[in-house]
Amino acid sequence: MNKLKEKAKELLSSRAVQVVVGYEEGTGGKIRPAFVSRPEDADKLLYNADCHHNLALYLYKHETKRIGKMAVVAPPFVLRSILILTTEFQLEEDSLVVLGVTPEEELIEFANFKEIETWVNQHPIGMKEKDREMLNRLNAMSRDERWQFWQNEFSKCIKCFACRGTCPMCSCFRCTVDYNAPQWISVGSHQLGNFDWHLMRAMHLAGRCSVCGQCGEACPMDIPVHLLSFQINEDIFKMFGSRAGLTLKKESLLSTWKSNDVENFIR
Amino acid sequence: MDQFEPKIVAFVCNWCTYAGADLTGTSRLKYAHNVRIIRFPCTGRIDFLLLQQAFAKGADGIIVSGCHPNDCHYTSGNFHARRRWMVFRQMLENMGVEAERIVFSWVSAAEGAKWADLVNETVESIKKLGPYHKYQDMAKSLEEWEVTHE
Repeated sequence: MNKLKEKAKELLSSRAVQVVVGYEEGTGGKIRPAFVSRPEDADKLLYNADCHHNLALYLYKHETKRIGKMAVVAPPFVLRSILILTTEFQLEEDSLVVLGVTPEEELIEFANFKEIETWVNQHPIGMKEKDREMLNRLNAMSRDERWQFWQNEFSKCIKCFACRGTCPMCSCFRCTVDYNAPQWISVGSHQLGNFDWHLMRAMHLAGRCSVCGQCGEACPMDIPVHLLSFQINEDIFKMFGSRAGLTLKKESLLSTWKSNDVENFIR
Repeated sequence: MDQFEPKIVAFVCNWCTYAGADLTGTSRLKYAHNVRIIRFPCTGRIDFLLLQQAFAKGADGIIVSGCHPNDCHYTSGNFHARRRWMVFRQMLENMGVEAERIVFSWVSAAEGAKWADLVNETVESIKKLGPYHKYQDMAKSLEEWEVTHE
């Protein structure tokens, strides 16, 4: 990953960007996001398979935008997130330098977002074996078993909203769950409040999820919330033939429609 | 024990289904009285959170109905709604909710008889399914929580 460090140094010392958002070693042998603003600090940047944070999260926040132009270390799921955020008018192409990193830990540079679009279409992201198994297990269950499974999982939820906090697609300044007039979702972490929250979160991410799995990763209670998004992502692909984060066309799934959408349940 | 009378909440659009239900009345067509109609400007306005609220407040079944495709007063509200319901139904299915308790339909202002049939059929099917205890038991957690957090 020396190329990445060199490139970061070059960008910072030439003042092409004010900050490089990347990964560094944290405490306890874990990886954490890093904000590098001095060229001499660029040596702490790294990339490996353990880098799971979705750094697209930081690209549109007030706090980071204030710093100035940014460069971001972008594994495939960050690339997809960048495309989704661009189609939703949250990011502008000239505000950002994208330092792509492949799963083989190689640096790729993109001249523009169009090149990112081409690249992500040529390099599909596979689901982790563990997640694939869990989805198969859930699909094999009867509906009542699924209900029980999710009720058990949601009973652990403490409504810390880490799943929301870590997701770059939760870009609203004020989330529906924070409204109290009218109050859509009860604030307490009881069964109904938890169920309503997770159903709403999954619905608001439907057709916009970059499938990074970071929401499940962030959950302190180990609830596999990411599986809700992963499964609907598969269903949406079956229904509409599209996946989020593969296009720069401004056609978010639920804000567009086709006159020939095919359903089989409306009487 | 009394026979189970399901509570049905109907979310309907102002321009087609509400007018259709009006026509049912002016045509003197009798239909099941289990339905509570809530009028919306458009099916595109019906947020899925409203459906969650209806179940949590004790509905056993839900009807969502509006203008036929290409008949929307606002041109495309029902097309937006159709996509939303396609995804929402699948999401409910994935989370183990009994999605067949929500009946979607297109009822135009001229289809008073269709509205009567729709309500009657829905009431019949919900009667077969019985009360939605599962969801209602889950919703009780809110009352318990409110008592302990007064």
